[in-house]
Amino acid sequence: MAEALAAADTFPKYLLLNAERFGNRPAMRHKDYGIWQSWTWKEQLEEVRAFAIGLQSIGVARGDRIAVIGSNRPRLYWSFAAIQSIGGVPVPVYSDSVAEEMSYVLDHAEVRFAIVEDQEQVDKVLSISDAVPSLQQIVYDEPRGLRDYDHTHLHAYSALRAIGEAKLSEGPDTDRAWRREIDAGTGSDLGIMLYTSGTTGRPKGVMLSNDNLVKSALHGNVFDNLTENETTIAYLPLAWVGDHVFSFSQSYTAGFCVACPESAETINEDRREIAPTYFFAPPRVFETLLTQIMVRMQDAGPTKQRMFHYFLKHAEKVGERILGGESVPLFDRLKYWVGEFLVYGPLKNRLGLSKLRVGYTAGEAIGPELFRFYRSLGLNLKQLYGQTEACVYITAQPDGKIQADTVGVPSPGVEVKIADNGEVLYRSDGVFLGYYKNEEATRETKTADGWVHTGDAGFFNADGHLKIIDRAKDVGKLANGALFAPKYVENTLKFFPDIKEAVAFGHGREFCAAFINIDLDSVGNWAERNNIAYASYQELAGHPEVYKTILDHVNEGNRRLAREPLMAGSQIRRFLVLHKELDADDGELTRTQKVRRGFIAERYGELIEALYNGATEQYVETEVTYEDGRKGRIKATVRIVDAEVQEAPVEMLQEAAE
Amino acid sequence: MNQRPESTQFRHDDGASPAPGDLLLDVRNVSLAFGGVKAITDISFDVREGEIRAIIGPNGAGKTSMLNVINGFYTPQEGTIVFRGKERRSMRPHEAVGQGIARTFQNVALFKGMSTLDNIMAGRSVKMKRNIGWQMLWHGPAIREEIEHRQVVEEIIDFLEIQHIRRTPVGKLPYGLQKRVELGRALAMEPSLLLLDEPMAGMNLEEKEDMSRFIIDVNQQRGTTIALIEHDMGVVMDLSDRVVVLDYGKKIADGTPDVVKSDQAVIDAYLGVAH
Repeated sequence: MAEALAAADTFPKYLLLNAERFGNRPAMRHKDYGIWQSWTWKEQLEEVRAFAIGLQSIGVARGDRIAVIGSNRPRLYWSFAAIQSIGGVPVPVYSDSVAEEMSYVLDHAEVRFAIVEDQEQVDKVLSISDAVPSLQQIVYDEPRGLRDYDHTHLHAYSALRAIGEAKLSEGPDTDRAWRREIDAGTGSDLGIMLYTSGTTGRPKGVMLSNDNLVKSALHGNVFDNLTENETTIAYLPLAWVGDHVFSFSQSYTAGFCVACPESAETINEDRREIAPTYFFAPPRVFETLLTQIMVRMQDAGPTKQRMFHYFLKHAEKVGERILGGESVPLFDRLKYWVGEFLVYGPLKNRLGLSKLRVGYTAGEAIGPELFRFYRSLGLNLKQLYGQTEACVYITAQPDGKIQADTVGVPSPGVEVKIADNGEVLYRSDGVFLGYYKNEEATRETKTADGWVHTGDAGFFNADGHLKIIDRAKDVGKLANGALFAPKYVENTLKFFPDIKEAVAFGHGREFCAAFINIDLDSVGNWAERNNIAYASYQELAGHPEVYKTILDHVNEGNRRLAREPLMAGSQIRRFLVLHKELDADDGELTRTQKVRRGFIAERYGELIEALYNGATEQYVETEVTYEDGRKGRIKATVRIVDAEVQEAPVEMLQEAAE
Repeated sequence: MNQRPESTQFRHDDGASPAPGDLLLDVRNVSLAFGGVKAITDISFDVREGEIRAIIGPNGAGKTSMLNVINGFYTPQEGTIVFRGKERRSMRPHEAVGQGIARTFQNVALFKGMSTLDNIMAGRSVKMKRNIGWQMLWHGPAIREEIEHRQVVEEIIDFLEIQHIRRTPVGKLPYGLQKRVELGRALAMEPSLLLLDEPMAGMNLEEKEDMSRFIIDVNQQRGTTIALIEHDMGVVMDLSDRVVVLDYGKKIADGTPDVVKSDQAVIDAYLGVAH
């Protein structure tokens, strides 16, 4: 068996192996008709085999690309292995993508077959079938509503499975032929094609080989010590590389069980029943969960509320240190145990995380407070930095060495280096073969010796943890050559609740300066408490006391920037508080509330000049668009203030005006 | 092998099921009066196997009274009702259920404190063979029977896509979902004729669309014949195969939606006539 394990370089081979080594252990669960149905590895093998033979009966052959569209259901996961077992290449597609987008992907991948979840997806695929000439047959899982459809090119999953079973019952030859097909597959074969979601331009088909996925999965298993004893719940899109690695590749290589929820609405309930030991969620999921808890707690009785907040405060104090294995005074430790019994335990149970051993969050930066909240409860939540092109893993936080503001150290088998322009490059076993039918993009992203450009800028801190600062194309240089990462600076400022938005300037300039938008809710609240009267946003923004508060924040922000050697040069020398809120209606923000730096630089050119020419105030007139579409002009004299800069001996530390 | 059970109970269990298009219900010259008030006067129409039949009319036209007559809640003074070949005038509602007629109500009539699951399970009680003694014992045959019924109920929950509210008390649910649960309870009786009293009343557009889809699915997949009362003309005209129009207790039109739509008497009844 050790030889077989070493020789296993494709997922169908792992399937055969797992049916031997973990035969009677659960491989898949699915809640259906209110009950958790489960399949052992042996049964999973039988399912995959029957369907694979059914697929052959409608003409699926080696090299065919087959779209898989739908939510997390066992049959769609079995489709992956079934397709790969007979040499096909699955192409999972986001099930919520609109017809036009789907049409592009199916046509670009030249899929001959599509395996879809239900009537909704059948209708969508049928509606675009004219635009996808290569598409020949559609297979569906859920028969509801499809009875009266023309079935000449449409097949029920169960019908194909039945064909497979019938052929298998005829004699052992069918099974032998199927196993020969599996043996014919190799690690260097194209294993799967995943289309990147395409926030910029058309989606690109990332080609991953079996080796890429198998090796990355194995590295990940070792890193987090994943074994056949894990349980995970599959609820993120099939077409996303994370789900493919966590719910398919690692399940096959480590042999653990994947649970599919009953429906998208029941996921929280289902997670509570399953209590996964290995769980992945993007930050917004953790955020929603926390909000739900807090809202529910407000309905609780006063005693419970007091107990809840008392112990959460204690957890905030010592929870992370206990989790990290640091020494904590005995009394605090005892109190934490009591808290575990009264609050943390029941809370984790409610969240469905009471058995969690390894939890990951990735996709975007998680708020440090949110991250610490979960960790303080004793949940081993970690951050990960990855890409489709890398089979997920680039860096990850090792157990016990967590720094909330970094994405961890390079994963096993991954080399990471920082280019001169600050861009993060990596090289690993998981590096993709190329973009399908897009040589140019492949050459732009992947160098001849295997290094891949992430497009993100970052740096390693003193402990060797990677910190991502911005998109590489947004990173510039100050006139003295120091790195200038506007988003990093802006995020440092936006950390303060009083600051809603910030725009940093500095590329090609002597020093870094910023526009600041105050947060009307937060500052307005403060003004009310301090009896400061104001009639408009503009008036509040220009108030001397507000300027004083913001100055304190900027100074504190500079202290934080100074702690990172690479960022110290980007400290803010001068800033101003804008007289109006940046608004998407005026084109200053995108509809998703991201700052449009170029547009703002043009619109407020005179203010930027004033930041750099030493003026203490600047008169400005700005055209604004009201919600009803009318236009008006705002006139203001905006004050410009100098901030304290750390470790800058040449400069005199200047006290700001006021 | 743990194969997902292909649903077995997705049809009514009446053995020799009539072919689509056969006469299922025949209402002949029915009149109903409360004292001196004539609610229904000499109305005749039929419902055929497998169709969606709508009963429409302005307020007070006698639609709900008609439904109550069919379902046995009111006994008409004159006329007869033939259901699956059996003629009768008076019948109790539970007998109607026994014969395969189920209904929903204009105002949601669920057990508010009970969960979705229990409400639908309650719809199965007419199908349970073991008496209350057995059920209280909760052993042997009673538990086996309960499991069988639970299977049917779970299929309905799956069908109506209400898994996420399985354990929620229905009183806490929004109105649109309550209506869906009520439909579920009626389906639990596995009726051969389903009477829906204003299934879309008080719903927003999205809820109406959902409900329409479920009504069509019930009709097409479970083969259940449906008679419904509805105010929303758009819904009625899209959903139904045939429409009967009542006004002041009298039938003024009967036919396909297109025929009914262009009938002058119907237009007058709905839009009013200049006197």
